[in-house]
Amino acid sequence: MKPVNHGAWFLVLPMLIIVAFTAVIPLMTVVNYSVQYVATNAQFHWVGDLWFREVLHSEKFWNALWRNLVFSGCILAIEIPLGVLIALNMPRKGWGVPVCLVLMALPLLVPWYVVGMIWQMFGRVDIGLMGVMLRDIGYNYEGDPIDAWFTLILMDVWHWTSLVALLAYAGLVSIPDAYYQAARIDGASKWSVFRYIQLPKMARVLTIAVLLRFMDSFMIFTEPFAVIAGGDPVFLSTELKQTVELGQKAAMSLIYFLIILLMSWIFYTVMTRDDGEPIGQGGAS
Amino acid sequence: MARIDLDNIRHAYAPNPQAETDYALRLVNQTFDDGGAYALLGPSGCGKTSLLNIISGLVSPTEGRVLFNGDDMTSRPTEKRNIAQVFQFPVVYDSMTVRENLAFPLRNRGVKRVEIAKRVDEVIDIVGLQALADRRARGLTADEKQKISLGRGLVRADVGAILFDEPLTVIDPHMKWQLRASLREVHRRTATTMIYVTHDQTEALTFASKVVVMYDGLIVQVGTPAELFDCPSHTFVGYFIGSPGMNIVPASLNGANLQLGAHSVPLASAPRLEGQPNLEFGVRPEFVRLGAQGIPATVSRVEDAGRYRVVHLTMEGKAIAALLREGEEIPASPHIAFDPIGVHLYADSWRVAVAGAGAQ
Amino acid sequence: MLELKEVSRRVAGVDHLAGITLRLAPGMMNVLLGPARAGKTSLMRVMAGLDRPGAGSIGFDGAIVTGKAVAKRNVAMVYQQFINYPGWTVRENIASPLKVRRLPKAEIDREVDRAAELLRLTPYMDRKPLELSGGQQQRVSLARAIVKKASLVLLDEPLANLDYKLREELRAELPKLFADSGSVVVYATTEPLEALLLGGMTATMSEGRVTQFGPCQDVYRQPADLITARTFSDPPLNVLPMAVAPQPERYPGARTLAFRAHHLRPQRKTAEAHAFTLDVVSTEITGSETYVHLKHADQVWVMLTHGVQVFTPGEQVCVYLEPSDVLQFDADGRAMTAQRKAA
Repeated sequence: MKPVNHGAWFLVLPMLIIVAFTAVIPLMTVVNYSVQYVATNAQFHWVGDLWFREVLHSEKFWNALWRNLVFSGCILAIEIPLGVLIALNMPRKGWGVPVCLVLMALPLLVPWYVVGMIWQMFGRVDIGLMGVMLRDIGYNYEGDPIDAWFTLILMDVWHWTSLVALLAYAGLVSIPDAYYQAARIDGASKWSVFRYIQLPKMARVLTIAVLLRFMDSFMIFTEPFAVIAGGDPVFLSTELKQTVELGQKAAMSLIYFLIILLMSWIFYTVMTRDDGEPIGQGGAS
Repeated sequence: MARIDLDNIRHAYAPNPQAETDYALRLVNQTFDDGGAYALLGPSGCGKTSLLNIISGLVSPTEGRVLFNGDDMTSRPTEKRNIAQVFQFPVVYDSMTVRENLAFPLRNRGVKRVEIAKRVDEVIDIVGLQALADRRARGLTADEKQKISLGRGLVRADVGAILFDEPLTVIDPHMKWQLRASLREVHRRTATTMIYVTHDQTEALTFASKVVVMYDGLIVQVGTPAELFDCPSHTFVGYFIGSPGMNIVPASLNGANLQLGAHSVPLASAPRLEGQPNLEFGVRPEFVRLGAQGIPATVSRVEDAGRYRVVHLTMEGKAIAALLREGEEIPASPHIAFDPIGVHLYADSWRVAVAGAGAQ
Repeated sequence: MLELKEVSRRVAGVDHLAGITLRLAPGMMNVLLGPARAGKTSLMRVMAGLDRPGAGSIGFDGAIVTGKAVAKRNVAMVYQQFINYPGWTVRENIASPLKVRRLPKAEIDREVDRAAELLRLTPYMDRKPLELSGGQQQRVSLARAIVKKASLVLLDEPLANLDYKLREELRAELPKLFADSGSVVVYATTEPLEALLLGGMTATMSEGRVTQFGPCQDVYRQPADLITARTFSDPPLNVLPMAVAPQPERYPGARTLAFRAHHLRPQRKTAEAHAFTLDVVSTEITGSETYVHLKHADQVWVMLTHGVQVFTPGEQVCVYLEPSDVLQFDADGRAMTAQRKAA
């Protein structure tokens, strides 16, 4: 418990004002639109929950949501274990450390749209290296939705696994040597060391990694937009872009936003439930 | 159960050691008998923890061999040495309960479930964790976690040796008494070889039947607590063991008399010490008598520890400490005399076996 | 003068501090003695202004400072862990509190050199803290506290992580270092011997309460209650319930008798002495002294004797206790009036 210091509020105030302008006010505008019908002559008409009902009854919305969830699920299922695996095999000391860190950081520096472009070309069956190589087994992301799906996942994994790896690595290097020594004394297998030392000690950073990757992959837009430009909308974000009615757009945005909020909250609660245990009477001494 | 031999061990942490000062362990030859209770005692940086880690295999020595029951273990990894080790700061598996933590070393070695349950219950009693047995280790206090670490060290029945690296650092004084007693009790029952590293002389002396005193990468003396107290073979042992440590004063010889400034102290016999440089005279505060006879001194400070008092005096410009038992008075004009049984002579810091009558 | 009146603090339904009233004067050590989690650190944090007490008031030199932020008080704190600025040299570390005050450089140098001299850090002034030994690092922290000339100096187990011998040295120096500073010095420790050797005033703490406060030797020799006597005993206090006590008529009204380990003797001192025949559980020999653990009814007593005494476990020995050494406590654990000198 910190001593109550009312002066602190003044330090937070500028931030609150900025947040108000950048987040709260735009959000409220969206809320406002979501319950109105905007006619072509900029006339607003109150429609209540019409747009919401419309969105929730739209098959396209549910399909997109479902695809979004599967996509995020795939991303997490691949990137988290892969990132952890990479982190486990990164060097802990010596010249390999900076080399590894720089290499890992490189994909993170590439802008989203550029990633999309790179893979769009890379996967082209006429001139792209990967596309040409996979052409023989029938790969064609422009024609086959499964192939497009596969390409998008590959792209995201390429782009973001290193973030997970770097976070996991940060968690790993903070484990004191004594833990590994004790495990050797206790005759623990490599798996036990991972399961009982490394994983618990990485839990916090992995929570952050899962949250970041979930939110980010759930909001995916640029890459599919770049790769499948002009094709049918696949994700909520691309669906949203193609929606014409302002009110419907707003309602869908809000639902989208609430889903992300809800999912993040669930992830966070589930992954940190162990931390809530009473901390003995510690700190009282 | 194992006898442990250290054969010409030298260790340097940096590669390619050149000078003698590059070595954390300069040269160690030592045998730890099967079933013995040993303490490695010394100040921080003396190499005691390095030596412990060399025995357990966490560190492999630059030179020399480690033998268990005569078998060369030098290149064998820790997990194959059948050794338990407890570290200075608690290491627990956060996500497991106390019970699971204690069972972990046994589970890893495929011990039967029934046997595990039995051993774990025994150890929970030894370290006094009954009330917390099913609590998650995360969220326990440091001393509770250290008891878990200690318990994991004790839980395996078949270990060759148990190594302790300052295990009671984070434990309360009252709890230290209990845990030390438990450890000795375990030792008495199981007769497992135990090696206990500490900088705390009380812990070392009360735990061990043989204390190995280390200083600056070398073993300076190995002995029972009484031997180390009565007959320190190096001035460092005199200073380090005992609280306060031994008084050590430069002196010169005059036949069978020890010359301390203008005063002389008769010795039992005339030592043969021709040409010995840096002669020093050592006497523990316990053997300094304050009375009306002897060398005059002035009191500079008195510390009252309750059951005894430490009187700091100045004698011939040198500081001398004397120990008074409860109830003993400080004379008005104190004179210092030395109990001949506690008088020692040191040449170049090493003890010369002559000095007082009873010192042999 | 630091004055605490009925200071309490509850965190999550647990009393960390309960009704603490203390008046701490400058010029001597004020030692807080108690086991881990007795509330020593909590109390220091409240004294420093790091935490706000739930109830009660804190006064300093007559002014009420309850709730005043730590930054606005002139407080120095030294912790068990050696806390220094790792990127700065020893000189810069010691000078840091003075630089904040923008004192002239010459004055800073003078103060820093003086503190370094006192703590024998002069040869290491240009090194970084991590290149020093633990004892030296802690001396840097202490030097910083000294130059700060804080009106309140809080030392939280500052020697706990140091080697035994270093502890012995610094323990002897500490009271002298702060003796003339005019600061109120508070020192927390878990070790009775440390409290005794530091001298000054001692407040024994248990479960968030101060059980007794007074000159060190008085608290040691005339503990006000059983908890205080236990807190201030190492080896642990031996307890003798009245129900199994010999000659109960000597101790009318007492419920519990207790005595310290060195008052159990292998020889009789007076004809009055109580005699016990007990089984030896184990012995610990330090060379100068022997601790003998003895079984009495369902308890284990410790006898501390001079010299080396060898007993084998299971052996029966006859030991003696002088009635004048016995501490008497009533049913509530309070010391019986007119407790005799018993230490």
